[in-house]
Amino acid sequence: MKSKTFATFVGPSIFMMILFIALPLAGVLSQSFYLTQSVYEEVEVETCTPSFTGQICLTEITTLPMLDKEGKKVTKTTFVGLRNYRNVIEFPRVIAAFANKSWQQFMTIDFWKALRFTLTFTLLTLPLVLLFGLLIALTINNAAKSIRGPVIFISLLPMIITPVIGALSIRWLFIGDGILTSFLEWWLVRDIAMFAQAWTIELMMMLYRVWHVAPFAAIVFYAALQTVNQDSLESAIIDGASRWERLRYVIIPHLMPLIVFVTLIHLMDSYRVFEEVIGFSSQSYVISLQWLTYDFLSLDMLGNRSISRASASAMLTMIGIVILLIPVLRGVWMDYKGRRL
Amino acid sequence: MFLKKIATTIAVSLISTSVWAGCAFENTTEVKSLTAGFDAWKAVTGAMAECGNVSASLDQDFKDKQPDAFAANPSLYQIGGVSNGTMVPLLNAGTIRPLDDLVAKYGSHLKPSQLIKVNGKIMAIAMMVNNQHFMYRSDVLDEFRLAVPTTYDEVLAAAATIAKYDVVDYPLGGTYKAGWNLAEEFVNMYLGNGGSFFGEGNAPAINNATGIASLETMKDLTAYMDPEYLVSDSTYVQQQFQQGKIAMANLWASRAGAMDNAEESQVVGKVIMSSAPMGSVRASSTNWWDGIVLAKNMTDDEADNAFRVAMEGLDTEMVQANNDAAVWLIDGYVAGNAAAGAIATANNSAAPYPSNEPGMGAMHTALGNGIAAFLNGAKDAATTLADIEAAYVVSATESGLM
Repeated sequence: MKSKTFATFVGPSIFMMILFIALPLAGVLSQSFYLTQSVYEEVEVETCTPSFTGQICLTEITTLPMLDKEGKKVTKTTFVGLRNYRNVIEFPRVIAAFANKSWQQFMTIDFWKALRFTLTFTLLTLPLVLLFGLLIALTINNAAKSIRGPVIFISLLPMIITPVIGALSIRWLFIGDGILTSFLEWWLVRDIAMFAQAWTIELMMMLYRVWHVAPFAAIVFYAALQTVNQDSLESAIIDGASRWERLRYVIIPHLMPLIVFVTLIHLMDSYRVFEEVIGFSSQSYVISLQWLTYDFLSLDMLGNRSISRASASAMLTMIGIVILLIPVLRGVWMDYKGRRL
Repeated sequence: MFLKKIATTIAVSLISTSVWAGCAFENTTEVKSLTAGFDAWKAVTGAMAECGNVSASLDQDFKDKQPDAFAANPSLYQIGGVSNGTMVPLLNAGTIRPLDDLVAKYGSHLKPSQLIKVNGKIMAIAMMVNNQHFMYRSDVLDEFRLAVPTTYDEVLAAAATIAKYDVVDYPLGGTYKAGWNLAEEFVNMYLGNGGSFFGEGNAPAINNATGIASLETMKDLTAYMDPEYLVSDSTYVQQQFQQGKIAMANLWASRAGAMDNAEESQVVGKVIMSSAPMGSVRASSTNWWDGIVLAKNMTDDEADNAFRVAMEGLDTEMVQANNDAAVWLIDGYVAGNAAAGAIATANNSAAPYPSNEPGMGAMHTALGNGIAAFLNGAKDAATTLADIEAAYVVSATESGLM
C-alpha cells in the first residue's frame, strides 16, 4: 500500500486515539504531580440556626475558603513531585506493618488492601472464565442444530445485563433473608449471613464476574470452533485419539490465539473491578483499586475531593495493568518471532 | 385523527396535573428543584407542584449533584433542598443567594426560627428539624417488663434480655452502613460523651478516651444487631422495624411516621419514640435542620418567582396535610406522638451537627471509611482512631485546611 493511502486510512483513528486516550492520560499524569488547594482565611462568622426551643445564634472564628470578586474559590496549584503517590501508597505504615510482621496490620492500609483483592479477583476469575467459556462453547457446538439458536441466546443472557444491575440483583437474592439465603438456611439448617464477613462477599463477587463474563469467552471460542480443521479431527479419530486427546492436541492449539486474546481482555477488565464493590456495597470489607480512585474523587460533606490522589491512584492502576499484561504480551511476541523464523 | 387523539390526551393530562387550587398564583416560569427524597420533601415539592410548571428532582444523591449544578451559569436548578451539613459547600462556593429582600416581600408569615442567617444575611429558609432518637417496640418491652432505656448501658441490658427469647430476629437495629451512616453514628456517640473533634488549627482530636469509649459502645451494640449491620442504612432499619424483625433502634425522626403507615408496616401503633440514649454529657444524637436555598446564578425575576413557588410548598396548608411527615418548623404544625422522641432528644440538649467546623467534611469521610476496621476486629480502638486521624490529616493538608 502506498504510504499516502495508508496515512489517510490510519490518520483519523490515530487522531481519535490522541484526542480521547493520549491527551486525557497525559492530563491525569501531570495532575498526579500537582496539588490544587483552596486558599483559606480566618474569619469571624455569625450563624443563626433553628432548634426546637427557638433560634440559636453563634459567633465564632472559623477558616473559610477565600472567594474572588466573581465569587469563585481562590485556588493555588503547586508542584509536589511524588507526594500524591506517597500519600496513596503510605510506605511508613507498610514498614511499620512489616516491622511487626503483621499481615493483618498490612491489610488495613487502603491501597494494599485494594491491591490484594484486585489481584486475587483477577487471577482467580481468569482460569474460571476460560474454563467455563470453553465448556459453554463446546456444549453449543455439540448441541443439535435445531436447538442451537435458543442455546446460544440463553447462554448470552448474562452478558447482556448491565453489570451494576446484575450485581444488585445478586445482592438482593442474598442480603438479609433474601430468597437464596433463606433457601441455604433451610437446606443447611443453620443461620447464614452472606454480607457479614469478607470471604463470602468475595466469593459472591467472583462468581458473579465469572457468570457475567464467561458467555463472552464462550462466543469467541464458539466462533473459532467453526474453523477447526475437520480433516485433522477425522485423522485423529482414525488414529484412535480419545475425545480428551482430540480436545487437548487438536482443538486447544487451534484456539490458542483466541485464548490469549480473551486472557488479555479479561486481565484488563477485571483489574478495574468496580461494579461489584458498588453493587454488593462491600467497601467495609473489600475494596478494589478502581473503587479507591472513585472514593478519592467523591465529594465529602463540605464539597472537597482529592483529585491529586485520585490521579496518582489511577496512574498506579494503569501501571498495574501493564505489569500484568507483560508476560502475556511477551508470550505473543515470542510466538510471532518463532513463526517468522 | 391519531395526532388529534394524542393532542387531546396531552391537553387533558396537563389540565389534570396543573390544579391551582392549592396555590395562590399561576406559575408560568419553569421552576426546577433538587432535594433529598424523604417523605417531607415529597410533601413540600408536591405542594409546590400545585402552582404548575414545577419539576422536582427528589434524589438521594442530591448532595453530590448540588455543588456542580448550582455552580453552572445559569444554575441547573432554581431551588435546592439542603440541611445544615449540605448547605456548607454551596455557601463556601458562593452559589446561593441572600434572601432578605424576598423574605421582606413574600415571607412575612415565616417564623424567625426558620430564617437561617450567616453574617446577618438570610441564606436559607428552614422547614423542619430532624435528629436521631430512640425507637422501641412497646409490646416487646412490656412483655419482658423492661423500662424504657435511657442510656446505652440500659439499651445493652434490655437487648441482652430480649435476645434470650425468640420474639424478634435481632434485639437492635442500627444505621451502621459503612460510609456516611457509620460516621454519623460515631459523631452522635462522641458528641453525646462530650467529645470535640478538632484542636488548634483544625488538627484532629479524636484519639482520646472519649473516642475509644464511643467506639467500644458501638461495638457492644453490634453484638445484638443483624450481622450484616455494615450494609444497613436508614431505609433498611426502617424496614426491619416495619417487618417486626427488630425491637429497638436509634433512628432518624423523619422515619418515625413510616412506623404507623399501615400499607408497609406490620407494627402499626406498637413503635414508640423516646429520647436518644444519654451519653455521659448529653443525648447521643445531633440536631439537623432541612430547608430550601435559591441559586445565585439566575435572574432576579426568576428568583422572585422561584421564591413564591417555594413559599407555596412551605405553607400551613401543606403542613396540615402532612403533619406527621416531619417535625415541621412551619406555622400550623401540631407536635404528635411521632415527634415526642425528637423533642425529648432536643430537651436532653443534643448538640447540633458541627457543620460549622471547616474540617468536618474530611473528618466525616475519614470516620466513615475507618470505623468498619474496628467493628470487624481488624484493628483495636486506639489504632483505628490514630489511622482515622492520619487519613484526616492527609485530606485536610491536601485541601489546604492545615
